[in-house]
Amino acid sequence: MCGICGCSETEPEAKHQHSHSHDHGESEHGHEHTKEDNTRLIEVEQALLSKNNTYAEQNRTYFKQQAIFTLNLVSSPGSGKTTLLVETIKALNNEWPIFVIEGDQQTEHDAERIRATGAAALQINTGRACHLDAHGIGHAVQSLAVQAGSLLAIENVGNLVCPASFDLGEAHKVVLLSVTEGDDKPLKYADMFYAADLMIINKIDLLPYVDFDIERCIQYARQVNPDIQVIQLSSTTGDNFIEWLQWLKNNRQEV
Amino acid sequence: MHEVSLLENVREILQEHALTQEFTQVKKITLEIGSLSCVEPEALRFGFSAVMKGSLAEGAELNLTQLEAQGQCASCQSMVIMQHHYDACSVCEHPFVTVVQGNEMRIKDLVVI
Repeated sequence: MCGICGCSETEPEAKHQHSHSHDHGESEHGHEHTKEDNTRLIEVEQALLSKNNTYAEQNRTYFKQQAIFTLNLVSSPGSGKTTLLVETIKALNNEWPIFVIEGDQQTEHDAERIRATGAAALQINTGRACHLDAHGIGHAVQSLAVQAGSLLAIENVGNLVCPASFDLGEAHKVVLLSVTEGDDKPLKYADMFYAADLMIINKIDLLPYVDFDIERCIQYARQVNPDIQVIQLSSTTGDNFIEWLQWLKNNRQEV
Repeated sequence: MHEVSLLENVREILQEHALTQEFTQVKKITLEIGSLSCVEPEALRFGFSAVMKGSLAEGAELNLTQLEAQGQCASCQSMVIMQHHYDACSVCEHPFVTVVQGNEMRIKDLVVI
């Protein structure tokens, strides 16, 4: 049995004994009407993701208390999330403790790449699932012993669809898009760009070789989400990487 | 395919309500799904019976209600119907419309014994 929420792997979630109190949303106690055939109608009005959202809020509260600045990095597979993190750790590790949670369906490869930089990383293999969820993140944070005052980067499963719906308790969702992908992805996968606060256009060193219109991409992203911030960079060459590091430092202030 | 995860959440919520509201079987479940939520109704229908098998909602009827997406124009403040997150205002053609309804994914009600 774990120390966070009292769950064990063999115990169904409905029987969890929570050692802490939490809010079950607006509709814990629906009201009901009895019908003639002995059935009852119960008005529930509860979000499908209310359980995930409850865990996410617990995580968010914990991160605030511990001054842990948490980012949820999302993108298609191969947009450069891991490389961005590796270069970020190299640049900031001496001034800011960094912890990484890696989500992939299979393998430890990404966590190994992060550990090679000297930062602590935990790999979550989601198996058939296509996203990380807030309950798993709560456990991972405890296993990793994430230090107060650190930067926690959660690299979500490479997928521009499902992770949009699952709040992990992060301060910001950061969506990566590389110039080797289509510049119309913000329209094709609007949910993700709607949910994100920052879009990083990565691999800009490859622009001369690909048919990617940056201005059009930004325009599409702002059509979906007028408030989205945009940084263009290359993690491998370091072009404009400083703007990302500056964004991290500026936004850290909010924690 | 996160619809299976969503349905697993539904199953857990049902189990909790069964304890607090004392019922043993769910005959019908109504879900409200906003048209801009990233849920595919067909995938929900497809996974429903498999995920509910062995639970108190085994064999239950699934009723899906689609909620039309509505947004408010950032310029003329009109309330407009939306098909996509990126739709411009249908009244003044301003590009920014804030979604007011359409991202919902919720259990509306249950018929239980």
